[in-house]
Amino acid sequence: MAKLVMQLDELSCPSCMQKIQAGVSQQTGVESVKVLFNASKVKAEYDALVTDPEQLTQVVTDLGYNVQSFKVK
Amino acid sequence: MKLQRWIQSVKNQIALIVGILIAAAYGWQWLGGVPIVMRGLLLVASILGIAPIFVQAYQALKVKVISIDLLVTIAVIGAFIIGEFNESAIVTFLFLFGSYLEQRTLRKTRESIRSLSEMAPQTAQVLNVDGTITEVAVDEVTIGAQILVKAGAQVPVDGQVTRGRAYVNEASITGEAQLVAKEIGDAVYSGTLVDNGTLTVMAAKVGDDTTFAQIVELVEEAQDSKSSAEKFIDRFATYYTPAVLGLAVIIGLMTHDFKLAITILVLGCPGALVIGAPVSIVAGIGNGAKNGVLIKGGEVVNTMAGIDTVVFDKTGTLTKGDTAVSHVKFYTPAQREVLARTAAVEAQSDHPLGKAISRYAGEQGLHDLPTVTHIETLKGLGVQAVIDGQTIRVGRAKLMTDAGLQLTDEQAATVTKNQIAGQSTVLVAVEQQIVLIIGIADTVKPEAKTAIASLKKNGIKQLVMLTGDNEQAANAIAHEVGITEFHANLLPAEKVDFIQDYQAQGQKVAFIGDGINDSPALALANIGIAMGSGTDVAIETSDIVLMRSTLSEVVYADYLAKATARNTVQNIVIAVGTVVLLLLGLILGYVQMASGMFVHEISILAVIFNAMRLMRFKIR
Repeated sequence: MAKLVMQLDELSCPSCMQKIQAGVSQQTGVESVKVLFNASKVKAEYDALVTDPEQLTQVVTDLGYNVQSFKVK
Repeated sequence: MKLQRWIQSVKNQIALIVGILIAAAYGWQWLGGVPIVMRGLLLVASILGIAPIFVQAYQALKVKVISIDLLVTIAVIGAFIIGEFNESAIVTFLFLFGSYLEQRTLRKTRESIRSLSEMAPQTAQVLNVDGTITEVAVDEVTIGAQILVKAGAQVPVDGQVTRGRAYVNEASITGEAQLVAKEIGDAVYSGTLVDNGTLTVMAAKVGDDTTFAQIVELVEEAQDSKSSAEKFIDRFATYYTPAVLGLAVIIGLMTHDFKLAITILVLGCPGALVIGAPVSIVAGIGNGAKNGVLIKGGEVVNTMAGIDTVVFDKTGTLTKGDTAVSHVKFYTPAQREVLARTAAVEAQSDHPLGKAISRYAGEQGLHDLPTVTHIETLKGLGVQAVIDGQTIRVGRAKLMTDAGLQLTDEQAATVTKNQIAGQSTVLVAVEQQIVLIIGIADTVKPEAKTAIASLKKNGIKQLVMLTGDNEQAANAIAHEVGITEFHANLLPAEKVDFIQDYQAQGQKVAFIGDGINDSPALALANIGIAMGSGTDVAIETSDIVLMRSTLSEVVYADYLAKATARNTVQNIVIAVGTVVLLLLGLILGYVQMASGMFVHEISILAVIFNAMRLMRFKIR
């Protein structure tokens, strides 16, 4: 199980959180997603065999949120 | 996709243009121009304004989320269809402008934490073996690398000073802008600032493992870890938005009043309700982080605000824990050997009394300590180990009597004399003979007395001190700080029993401690407060961490939690009040789509501004 932390541009609407949460967790291979609204971060645990960080950041980007940087732990 | 993102990125500019168009339209009307131009301007404004809102609604729908944006989009399109261009234009403008203001003001409430994370160092000057310097990103520094830190620069890693001396500002860790002298062997922390002097530091923890990175992570997580009330509101909001949509459809079908139906859509936006409580929590936790009080989440704030019983551990909490050996009494001619053995055993311990003994041995010039094997810590009693095949016991009198050792009358008298003086006593036995009695004195923290008084004043009903120390020592300290209830001679498990008893009586208990044997009590209490100078375990099990390890911070945490909880309630009242007001207005026919949106946006700003007061919170 790998852990991905994405830093987004500042999030300002609570509904954005819902969208990102739903969008990322619906991806196959994603175990858990936590959107830190105030820190504007997304933390996701995923199966590295099924999906990869590029794919997950793309989901967030497609939802209309810019991913500034990401880190895999 | 690109178009969608572009529209999102120029949202604020769109809001501005829509605003100008609306102003122009009404200006035209005022000047008495032909109505068709006004309608045209408002039409353009509506179309422009709805674009970014529509995009957001669409993206949410794609992941099966019904968002407020969808409500607004339907409402605006509806108004558009029935030709209410002024309503549709004004609603989009208010919605966009409102979210712009929300963004700006929210930024402010998050400032404390952002300033914290922005303090994180980015690169390190790694000193190579050949004396050259390479600049490396902090995450890529290898453990054990020698890092050069010059005056004015930030320490980029956690580690130990290997060369040089300097004054370091540790405000980023402790919240206190005081210069601390660092010499060879001293620990330095990532994020602290070298004020003058130059240091070479050996990296022990890098990147996300550093204390500073952990503080940042803890605070970030805390801000978004929700209280049960917030979770309820979240769940509520998830169903609320679709419910409003359903309600509008039903009312529209029943009354055939299309305008009423779309007005309900706008009024139904949850607005201040969703943001009201979290924004208070963010501001409150941010304020705490800036002042050395790390609060781990919204639930903690609420629980802390309801605390009526505060239980203190004595050593390291009420007292400095910075104990010193006050006298030694030997019962053997081999004095230095016994002291060296004692120090060797205690060198393995991070108990405050052990540290005092190690330091004392060092002062006596004992540095070559014998090898210790079979070391065993008996929680609350002491340590037992083997040196050169002989069993050494170091600990309280109870450790000796438990092992079947007898104290002579003179030894018992010495122990009693220490106790009356409020000193801790450590006995040392080699095999079956007691060879050394050490008296160790601890001093009360200077702020303890005022802190206790402030807590009493702020509504804490019961203050208790628990200690593994003896009755007399406990009495002396309790008397000095102004605590009337204390319990001495306790094992860690017994401390837990006391907390359980209080809880069984319906009291809400906060426990404040630091040492390793406090973890059970920290975990069990309604709120566990750990002194930042304590062990990692204690900090992990606790709910609130005091970075400066002072009792003034306990008072600060108490007052701040209460202020934050009050603020949250105020915000919920504002939010619910707004909804009630709007509903009344709707029934009485005073509220239209645009005016409803206006009141909504005002209520959102009201809760944010109210929360911002917490950022300036101070104890008067």
